[in-house]
Amino acid sequence: MAKEEYFLDMQNITKLFPGVKANDNVNLSIKEGEIHALVGENGAGKTTLMNILYGLYDPDGGEIYYKGKKVKLKDPQAAINLGIGMVHQHFMLVQPLTVTENIILGNEPRKKKGLMLDRKKAKKDVQRISKQYGLFVDPDSKIRDISVGMQQRVEIIKTLYRGAELLIFDEPTAVLTPQEIKELFEIFRSLKEQGKTIIFITHKLKEVKAISDRITVLRGGKSVDTVETQDASQEDVAELMVGRQVLLKVEKAPAQKGEEILNISNLNVEDNRALPAVKDISLSLKKGEILGIAGVEGNGQSELVEALTGLRDIKSGSIKLRGKEISNYGARQIKREKVAHIPEDRHKHGLIMDFDLKENTILGYHDLAAFSKKGIMNYDNIAKYTADLIEEYDVRGAGMQSLAKNLSGGNQQKLIVAREFSHNPEFLIASQPTRGVDVGSIEFIHRQIIERRDNGAAVLLVSAELSEILSLSDRIAVIYEGEIVDILEASDTNEIELGKLMTGSKAEEAGGETVE
Amino acid sequence: MNNFVDKVKSILTNLALSLLSITIALIFGVFFILLTEQSPITAYSALYEGAFGDFRAILNTLWRSTPLILTGLAVALPFRAGLFNIGAEGQLLMGGFTAGVVGFYFTNLPAFIHLPFAILAGMIVGGIWGGLPGFLKAKMDVHEVISTIMLNNIAIALTINYGINYFRDTGRQATPRILQSAALLRFNDMADHFIFGKIPFIEIFEQPGIRLHINFIFAIITAIILWFLLFKTTLGYEMRAVGHNPDGAEYGGINASKGVILAMFISGAVAGLAGVGEALGTHLSFMAGMDAGHGFTGIAVALIGLTHPIGVIFGGLLFGALAQGGLEMQFAGVPSDIVMIIQALVIFFVASLQVLKVYLAKRKAKGGVE
Repeated sequence: MAKEEYFLDMQNITKLFPGVKANDNVNLSIKEGEIHALVGENGAGKTTLMNILYGLYDPDGGEIYYKGKKVKLKDPQAAINLGIGMVHQHFMLVQPLTVTENIILGNEPRKKKGLMLDRKKAKKDVQRISKQYGLFVDPDSKIRDISVGMQQRVEIIKTLYRGAELLIFDEPTAVLTPQEIKELFEIFRSLKEQGKTIIFITHKLKEVKAISDRITVLRGGKSVDTVETQDASQEDVAELMVGRQVLLKVEKAPAQKGEEILNISNLNVEDNRALPAVKDISLSLKKGEILGIAGVEGNGQSELVEALTGLRDIKSGSIKLRGKEISNYGARQIKREKVAHIPEDRHKHGLIMDFDLKENTILGYHDLAAFSKKGIMNYDNIAKYTADLIEEYDVRGAGMQSLAKNLSGGNQQKLIVAREFSHNPEFLIASQPTRGVDVGSIEFIHRQIIERRDNGAAVLLVSAELSEILSLSDRIAVIYEGEIVDILEASDTNEIELGKLMTGSKAEEAGGETVE
Repeated sequence: MNNFVDKVKSILTNLALSLLSITIALIFGVFFILLTEQSPITAYSALYEGAFGDFRAILNTLWRSTPLILTGLAVALPFRAGLFNIGAEGQLLMGGFTAGVVGFYFTNLPAFIHLPFAILAGMIVGGIWGGLPGFLKAKMDVHEVISTIMLNNIAIALTINYGINYFRDTGRQATPRILQSAALLRFNDMADHFIFGKIPFIEIFEQPGIRLHINFIFAIITAIILWFLLFKTTLGYEMRAVGHNPDGAEYGGINASKGVILAMFISGAVAGLAGVGEALGTHLSFMAGMDAGHGFTGIAVALIGLTHPIGVIFGGLLFGALAQGGLEMQFAGVPSDIVMIIQALVIFFVASLQVLKVYLAKRKAKGGVE
């Protein structure tokens, strides 16, 4: 029976995929005007559930009540007509078109006579919505010219333009900078004030605590519990998600620093447009320590990492590994120097999505004697090796014959970590190692990084997550507009100080005082 | 092993889909045949008879498939490395021309030197014709579609317009006839061959009208070698990595330039071999019009074969059968235009059903399992 008090009530939803129960009698009840967080590990069934709600999948069982009435959602149009809107993780925008054109796409206002598009009305509508909800965008900019955060706003306006009352956000913060996340939450509050209801899918417990009213936790395709946000701590929610106690705080012994392994001096690197991206950076890294690079994304971190891993030419300066100049080495030569690299973009660099797991676990190592001899691949050995890695690193959801693109994000990341760690690196470059990864996997990856450090490897950690930088690093270098503005001991600093440095506030004033 | 069962399943699905699409194409073809007031039954039995009716027909189907399999391979291999080789036509012409010239120009060579020399020369020149766009792509980022199209035009001018006129000794639009020492072995000569003659029952090939020559065997061997190259060697691994994700390949320390140049060189050599076979096996000289658009048909052959070297063999056989059977259809009174329409319908439906397959896979995901 549908309870009248709920705005949306999904009861006993079941969805089967070949070999998996993606949703197993899931219940989700949403109150009108609340921000409801839907959390769970990768593969817990969150996205499947939302795709059912948005009409993309037919459920195999269960009922959906919307505003007290039983509904059947045969396609997204049916959902949109009911007032359900979805902001996808990967935006569905047409890059060369303007903001306004994207928003009205599919619902174009026509002039009274004829078939002509009423551009004036379209622009006015967009401006009205953007003002009403505090979603500031330039209606005439082209999508390809605006930032990711702005593109997300366009997606939100698009759903509002189509009359959405219930907005679903699929991991909206995964692609945003900390500043943009703050702004997004402001938008959430403004939407809520004006009576909209929000379902917010995420991995990040801190965000759940910060913004949601209630939380529903999914685990292994089942709904585990729904709790009031104020009654549950982050640890409680993590335990519900993973099914066991999770250490959110990384436990690590003090670093046992050894000799210097990496020395960067006066390094200058240009970006793709030939503008200076890394300016005169000098850094030193010792064995057995983790150096965090903190900074808002786009301040030269990517170029620095690419220069270190042989993917980008340097302009001037030097990079010495164990005293040897490596700035002119290619990617393969650097790998052979026992350097491992977890790239920031696993789709672009880390994996070949159309290769199976077997072929991905040897990417960059395929010419090692264990995997090939005289140009002939040894797929028997590779299969054995892959089976071991899958087992050891707990890569779930697929056999080694399946393609990498069919793994969930967290498992793709684990596969990369497995590959890079399995060759006993002495210098590890980890770029956004836990981006878009669930709590259980984050814990695992963090433990692995600490373990490498304790075994004497040097780690360069680049992350947009300040909490990750703070909890893992021994020292923290703050990068701003391509320059290292300060290097701090992790134990002597905090998020506020780092936040100031990252956004360009002067180093001197932050240096002395520590704000609690 | 599970893996093996899956593989067989996927092969059978593909085969069934192809047969289904051929059937649909023939049903649509009925309409066009009726337009010409011919009996579809007569027409189709002629098509079948012509392609598979007797031993000779089958062998001639194989003969017609030979250059198509090779040009199909020449498109398929670069495709796997992320390159679109439109230049098989020019590579075929350059290879065929070179082999034709070597075949008549050197008069004092024993067969065991002359023939391999002519074959290799043709393949190398074809390879260079393919490798050049590869080189331009790798070093200067010149798009291979543009450069291969241009090289096609240059090849036509160089071989047919200029080359033939330079060498020809009769009114025929061809280079002089090659010497016997450079000719590829024909199946109906095999009984007299000093090695093949020892194979039992070899004399069944000894009948007039069988045009199949040994290049068919070479084509099959080439397909197997390319399959091995793509799926069993580090070079093939690297080529496929570059084809799927150039950034990911670069991250893995793979030198994309090397893969691009090599893939294009090999593909040029394979297309060159198609030309070699036509010059040294079929026409016994380099002839104008010998290419017959094989290089472009090769694109369709490669796509129908799912750019898999073994699949390409079947794609080539299908086109060979249509060409051979189509001829018989013409003899039965169906105009050659209609024959071409039917050939096009088959290609159209085989290609469309691949799309259908993708659609079915998606629907399955939406509907779930019952």
